[in-house]
Amino acid sequence: MDELKRVGQQKPMEAAATRKKVNSKPAKLGREVQAKLGQQLRAMYDEVVNQGVPDRFTELLNRLDGNGSKDGQ
Amino acid sequence: MPIDESVRKAVLAAVPSLRAFAISLCGNVDRADDLVQETLLRALANIESFQPGTNMSAWLFTILRNHFRSEYRKRRREVEDTDGHYAETLKSQPEQYGQVEFKEFRAALAQLPPDQREALVLVGASGFSYEEAARICGCAVGTIKSRVNRARTRLAELMHVHSAEDFGPDEQTRAVLAGGE
Repeated sequence: MDELKRVGQQKPMEAAATRKKVNSKPAKLGREVQAKLGQQLRAMYDEVVNQGVPDRFTELLNRLDGNGSKDGQ
Repeated sequence: MPIDESVRKAVLAAVPSLRAFAISLCGNVDRADDLVQETLLRALANIESFQPGTNMSAWLFTILRNHFRSEYRKRRREVEDTDGHYAETLKSQPEQYGQVEFKEFRAALAQLPPDQREALVLVGASGFSYEEAARICGCAVGTIKSRVNRARTRLAELMHVHSAEDFGPDEQTRAVLAGGE
C-alpha cells in the first residue's frame, strides 16, 4: 500500500498544456476517460492515505499491547 | 495481549489505506474510523488465524469489508433509509473530507451500488489485483471485473463525462489529476 502513487502536488501548468481534443464516444468508455476517472479516484483516496495514522489507532495498539484483554471487547 | 512487533508494524502500515477504503464504503469519516477500530480489534483478537507470510493488508481489508457488510449496512438500513440520503450526506458535509474539489466525483461514487463501489475502490485505488479483490469480496474474479467495468461506465454517466474534455472546469482538480501522470 505504501507505493500508492502520489497524485497531487505538481505542475498545474502542464495539465492545461496536455489537454487535447478527442472524439466523443458515448457508447464505449474511452481509454482517456477511464484514465481520468482512475486518477480522480486515486487522488481522492490518497488524500486520506496521506493523512497517515491518526493517534487513536497507535493509542489503541498501545493499550491492547499494554493491558491485555479489557479493551479488546 | 502483547502484540508482536512485526504484526504491530504491518497493522499500522495498513491503517491509512483501511481508512480510505472505509470512508469510501460508509461515506462518513467518523463512522469509518470506528469501522477501522473495530476491524483492528477483531483482527488482533483473531491474530492466530492470520497466516504469516500472507498479505496482512488484504487480510485486514477482508475483515473490514465483512464487518461493514454485516453490521454497518444493517444499521444504515435501520437509521437512514436510502442511498439518496447517503449521497446527500456527502454533499452537505464536504469539509469533513477536506476535499471540496472531489465533491462531484465523491457524490457520483456514492451513487454506485455498493458491490460496484467496493470493487472499483479495491482495484482502482487500493492497488489490489483482481484476484486479491475477488478474495476480499468472496466472489469470482470475473465478477470483480464486471463490477469494476460497470462501475466505471456508471461513474462516467453520473458525471456526464464522455470524453476527457468533459472533466470539470475546476482547474485545481485538473491540476491534481495531471500531477499523477
